[in-house]
Amino acid sequence: MIEARNISKAFGDHEVLKNVSTSFEKGQTNLIIGQSGSGKTVLMKCLVGLYTADSGEIAYDDQIFSEMTEKEKMVFRKEFGMLFQGGALFDSLSVEENIMFPLNMFTKQSFEEKRERVNFCLKRVNLENANKLYPSELSGGMIKRVAIARAISVNPKYLFCDEPNSGLDPRTAGVIDNLINEITEEYGMTTIINTHDMNSVLEIGEKIAFIHEGNLWWTGNKHEVLHSDNKELNDFIFASELTRRLKK
Amino acid sequence: MIEAFRRPDKGSVFRKQLMFEFQSLGIESLGIVLFISAFTGGIAALQTAYNIDTPLIPLTMVGFVTRQSIILEFSPTVISLILVGKVGSRITSEIGTMKVTEQIDALRIMGVNPANFLILPKITAAMIINPVLIIFSIVVSLLGGYLACEISGLVTLADYIAGLHYQFNPFSITYAIIKTIVFAFLITSISGFYGYYTEGGALDVGNSSTKAVVNTSIFIILFDLILTQLMLV
Ligand SMILES: Nc1ncnc2c1ncn2[C@@H]1O[C@H](COP(=O)(O)OP(=O)(O)OP(=O)(O)O)[C@@H](O)[C@H]1O
Ligand SMILES: [Mg+2]
Repeated sequence: MIEARNISKAFGDHEVLKNVSTSFEKGQTNLIIGQSGSGKTVLMKCLVGLYTADSGEIAYDDQIFSEMTEKEKMVFRKEFGMLFQGGALFDSLSVEENIMFPLNMFTKQSFEEKRERVNFCLKRVNLENANKLYPSELSGGMIKRVAIARAISVNPKYLFCDEPNSGLDPRTAGVIDNLINEITEEYGMTTIINTHDMNSVLEIGEKIAFIHEGNLWWTGNKHEVLHSDNKELNDFIFASELTRRLKK
Repeated sequence: MIEAFRRPDKGSVFRKQLMFEFQSLGIESLGIVLFISAFTGGIAALQTAYNIDTPLIPLTMVGFVTRQSIILEFSPTVISLILVGKVGSRITSEIGTMKVTEQIDALRIMGVNPANFLILPKITAAMIINPVLIIFSIVVSLLGGYLACEISGLVTLADYIAGLHYQFNPFSITYAIIKTIVFAFLITSISGFYGYYTEGGALDVGNSSTKAVVNTSIFIILFDLILTQLMLV
């Protein structure tokens, strides 16, 4: 379980997160939803320590992450996998080398074992045979998928995905959602996904936190989300014709 | 940035990176270094020869002056300044781009120490390979000087060689190498620093590169003065 306790974060005098407290469960896909610019990415970066919150505490299971030294955090992060909103693939490395990178750094596996793991991960994101391509040769959606493969290559205990399926066609998006959902259950990971994709919300939203203008506005699951009477949540969820029809 | 100087996380990875940096910082700079050295050596010899217009100064002075200016100043300092433009700006833009595209954050999330992982191999590689480049530069410059004398017919080979040997103090080579090592450290650490602390986008990467080149050049000249005072005076 990951807990955010009273997290506030401002950039200059722009308050992005205002006293956010919520928890994310082990073995479940936890979603953070909210409008563009509401603070999802900032919250996720606070959770992993890329941003330091101005106040509040971050706890992983029974360890207070926000109080660790930078060196302790570095060791702790070997259990992390993260997909950045822009992919953040190493552009001097091929797809295979990107996915192998964390394995090279922290495991003593033979090249063959690592290669097998790479192929396994690539297969799960539907990208067999892309091993030798470089990031500049990939489409936007392929970059996302390689980044997911890299994030899951070390079987992380904590998986963070910042908009894993934005920019993907609905079918691939579904495949990715299900993949993340499956591995989360299979390996008992604690997974957090930032998204504003309604399909994801309704498919895999086991625990949903809705962020509105930097505040934690609502929490619930995919069943409750359709029947809430929270106005801002409804404005967000039922913004499109399709979802309005679905409600009826 | 202090983080850059810790022991690397994994030795085998570090060695692999080091080999790569020898290639990209050293071998890929060899062409430009040799080209500039050959011509500058020739030009230094010709200018000295043309400026000796009294028979009171022997023509062996040409070899002597060329040798002194090449070993003491041209090869270690000017070539290092050229490497600031070639190698330093490249390091800043490489690391700066990684910073603004979150690749450095990605490293950090994996539990890697990014400053150490990215900058230490470059600093180490440059401090080893630049002295080699400078030795090549000295040899090729002196050869260039010889060729210029030969082609112009102003100075005989015997005079030139005699000049090269005249009052030769091997310490000048040590001095050149020490300067080069210090400059190599300045080039890689300052440009690494500017890359690492880049914020923003592509435009900011360009700005960082410019700042890195300007500041490294200033530091090199300052350290040139300091080292000269310490070692030669
Ligand atoms: N490094 C930063 N410096 C200053 N302001 C920032 C920084 N990062 C984010 N912000 C501001 O914080 C707010 C929230 O940004 P954030 O990236 O968290 O949004 P988001 O919910 O992830 O949106 P999206 O769905 O578009 O990715 C925005 O108003 C943004 O301008
Ligand atoms: Mg975002």
